[in-house]
This record gives sequence, C-alpha cells and structure tokens, in this order.
Amino acid sequence: MAIEVRIPTILRSYTGGAKSVQGSGSTLDELLSNLDAEHGGLRDRLVDGENLRRFVNVYLNDEDVRFLGGLKTPVSDGDTVTVLPAVAGGAL
Amino acid sequence: MLTISRDLQAKIIDHARKDHPDEACGVIAGPAGGDRPVRFIPMQNAERSPTFYRFDSLEQLKVWREMDDRDEEPVVIYHSHTATEAYPSRTDISYASEPQAHYVLVSTRDESETEFRSYRITDGEVTEEPVTFTE
Repeated sequence: MAIEVRIPTILRSYTGGAKSVQGSGSTLDELLSNLDAEHGGLRDRLVDGENLRRFVNVYLNDEDVRFLGGLKTPVSDGDTVTVLPAVAGGAL
Repeated sequence: MLTISRDLQAKIIDHARKDHPDEACGVIAGPAGGDRPVRFIPMQNAERSPTFYRFDSLEQLKVWREMDDRDEEPVVIYHSHTATEAYPSRTDISYASEPQAHYVLVSTRDESETEFRSYRITDGEVTEEPVTFTE
C-alpha cells in the first residue's frame, strides 16, 4: 500500500507525464519529500519554505489540507492526495 | 482561436451581469483534446470581491473530478472585470495555470455593452486570440 498523489496537467513534466504517482510518509511534508526523490523539483512547485504555495490547492481525500494542518497533515496508506492549481485572479 | 456558441457567450455575460459589481467566474468544460467548449459551469467567487476572484477550493475539487470522470477538460476559464477593461491583469497572469485553456475575460464596466475577449496565457505570456461565434 502507498499513498496516491494525483498530479495536474501543468506539473506532469515532473512525473514523466503520469497523472498520478505513489509515495509514502506519515505527514504531507514527508510525502512530498519522498516524491521529490524520484520526481525532482516537484516539491519546490508546491512548497515555499515552511508552507504550501498560495497558488496551489492540495487535498487529502475530500478535504483541503489548509483546513487540516497544512504540511503537518497526517497521511496514511490508502489515502489519496490531489493537487490542483488554484484558479484565481482579478482586476488589480 | 476560440470557437464558442452564442448561447454559451450569453450565459457568461448573464452570469457576469448578475454578480456585478463583484467579479464572476466559471468554467466551460469540453471533451478532452477537443478544444470545444460545451458544458457551462458557473463557479462561486470565494472572494466575493469587485477586484479579485478565486474558485472555492472544495467546489473546484468537485468540478475537476467530475470533468475527469467524464473525460473532459476546462476548455474555457472565464471571469469578469467590473470596472476595468477585459484584459488580463498581472494577478491573472501570475495565477494562470491551465496552458491549454482559453482565458475569457468580460468587462461589465459599461452598462449597455459587454466586452468579451479571449486569451492564451502560457508561462507569463499573454496572447489575445480571435473569437468566432457559432449559432
């Protein structure tokens, strides 16, 4: 068992075109570091210092991890993590 | 070039007029790889602001999963500017993350006329494109 991570189109250059990849870890932070070993550069597109980047949404199963604990959110085998670019903008 | 039906154009404009003076936003989905907008999906503007929009993150997850299940993609991503022209702002450009999408902007600053324009936004570059309307 592992944790499935679903990757949006714009980041599939880091995963050789794969729509989803598998990783492991006990927190989202560990999971993203684990993925970065095989998919170098992916973590940096999602994380800025100690926090998730503002332009990116990360979900654990059906929840936005911002409401769970951000990078410290616990994850376990069988979970699905989904990454989506935030859709935002405005007149300014 | 964006090819879109008059009916979908009218739906975007109606949504923008209804939410004015706040910005309105949404997606038109279409079959993956087909470059043809078909399914109109108005989204909530989580910011409820006249100068900013952001898809509600949970609604976005639901809609993106639905598109995945139906083998669709976001062909058009639209939003309105309510006091300025229908041209991508610096914020629009920095957030744009669907290189295959047509970014449609409408402006509701004029009460009687609604600007309707389409752009590609890739790696921070904006290219306006012609829009063809079908019946």
